[in-house]
Amino acid sequence: MTTSVTEMRTTGFGPALWRALKSFGLLRESWVGMVGVFLVVFWVLVAIFAPLLAPFDPNASIQPFAGLGAVSAKGGTFWLGTDHIGRDILSRIIWGSRTVLIYAPLATFSAYFVGILMGLAAGYRGGWVDDVLSRIADIILSFPVLVLYIIIIATIGASGFNIIIAITFASSPGIMRIVRGLVLDLRNRDYVAAAQTRGESDWRVMLVEILPNARGPLIVDACLRLGYVIITIGVLGFLGLGLPPPDPDWGGMVNETRQMAMAFPHMTLFPCIAISTLILGFNLLADGLREISLRD
Amino acid sequence: MVTLVVKRIGFMIFTMIVVSLILFLLLETDLTGDPAARVLGQFANEEQKELWREQHGYNQPVMLRYVKWLGNFATGNLGESIRFKGPVADVMLPRLWNTVILGFWTFAVMIPLSLILGVLSGMKEGSKLDRSISVFGIITTSVPEFASAVIFSAIFVFTLKWLPGTSSMSGGFEFKQLILPAMVLIVYDFGYVARMTRASMAEVMTSQYIRTAVLKGLPYRSVILKHALRNALIAPFTVIMLQINWLLSGVIVVEFFFAYKGFGALILEASLNNDIALLEACAMVAVCVAVTTQTIADIGYTFLNPRIRFS
Repeated sequence: MTTSVTEMRTTGFGPALWRALKSFGLLRESWVGMVGVFLVVFWVLVAIFAPLLAPFDPNASIQPFAGLGAVSAKGGTFWLGTDHIGRDILSRIIWGSRTVLIYAPLATFSAYFVGILMGLAAGYRGGWVDDVLSRIADIILSFPVLVLYIIIIATIGASGFNIIIAITFASSPGIMRIVRGLVLDLRNRDYVAAAQTRGESDWRVMLVEILPNARGPLIVDACLRLGYVIITIGVLGFLGLGLPPPDPDWGGMVNETRQMAMAFPHMTLFPCIAISTLILGFNLLADGLREISLRD
Repeated sequence: MVTLVVKRIGFMIFTMIVVSLILFLLLETDLTGDPAARVLGQFANEEQKELWREQHGYNQPVMLRYVKWLGNFATGNLGESIRFKGPVADVMLPRLWNTVILGFWTFAVMIPLSLILGVLSGMKEGSKLDRSISVFGIITTSVPEFASAVIFSAIFVFTLKWLPGTSSMSGGFEFKQLILPAMVLIVYDFGYVARMTRASMAEVMTSQYIRTAVLKGLPYRSVILKHALRNALIAPFTVIMLQINWLLSGVIVVEFFFAYKGFGALILEASLNNDIALLEACAMVAVCVAVTTQTIADIGYTFLNPRIRFS
């Protein structure tokens, strides 16, 4: 009977779900991690239920320069005031969470896709493949990262798709380095040798045998990197190189209203608080995950 | 040791050449759109564009143009800035100096602060002090520079009215105007250096020779100051050098926000105005600074670490 329980934990459909539940249980012991989970879940829910939560149309010009809690002439309250062209700031923040929570994971995923493939190839193949890929990574990483983004966006133009390309280009070398290091460590394990002896193809060994065993550090890194990507999207929006208006984007909201920040600080302050809490969520989550991974 | 230095410097020069080639291909060729259209704007007709290409030698073969361009660059002929109507070097150098001033004060506060906090939390891993410093560091690095700039402005400029909200230095240099930009950079960056110092310190504290020092009855003070610190501060040296690379990104945001007339704001202005010559020069300077500091970090690390120096 006891063996069947342990078997259930390690084989079949159970393991992924079981492990997820187990790590969530462990995460509950780290209050830092729990605060992170709370913040992330909060913003994800806001993004999902944006149409229900937002009191106004985020792009509608209703009543300019309204203060906190001002009541609209047509009914409804501007809880966080309105901006210089009369758009409700709370509604824009709520809809803006969708923008950031769509583009940031997409960009991170795309960077991971490229970075993992490069890292697996460099670490597993070694030799000239490793040399060439590592040199390319060194060169890209030697750029001050924002200078790189500015040059890329200046040449290919600002759009959601181009931001994903720029982030993939700039962050995949860092991911590649991490994956490469993990692969170098894992490729001499017995189970890799066993798979090679079975005659499995290189890509199958890399993707089925090596990659799943490298996931721990990669998950922590992905959380941290998601935070960085959100910062990047915010900064690009703030510099006027982000997503084209009028759809709400937190960094862009700060850029549009920063000239008026001295007279109407609420216009810039609330988008900043929004983006900071979301990034904080991912960083605390990463810290919690690292803490429990060290405990094992 | 000597071969390592030569190798590193060789790679540094190689990187700069590759970067210059990438910049040239991106900005000066048709790869990402017609440079003539970029400079003259979208309303220029075909005749004007052709005339411009002829005048600026854009009809020559690409490789020849690259070699000429690189030659001009190496001899200090950086071209003319369209936006500022003058030689690029005259525009860039004063701006670069302003950023050096900002960077100097940022580092002068950030490094001691982050080293002290890092050592304090690494001394006793897992203690209350350690956890508090770690969480505080996570919070400050989670706030993007533009957000902390907004928040600090709301506090120190709008509410308390202690500090000026812009740092354009229009009435001559004023130290007061430097405080907020430097503060934003320090708050964003110190957490990372502190975390790296902590990791390095924590590792040293668990090593055998520290245990020996404690067990033979040395006072805690001298264990930390004489034995632990010396080894624990090797890794942060590298991190601090690499921090210059981060600073170059940070100053773009901060200088733009506070209207500080520095190098970061200049890069942004050049790119937003399609000032290609200026953008190329700024990007090359930024990469040179970044690559040089990375090389110094690498060489310095091996020099400071006797285990590598003597092997």
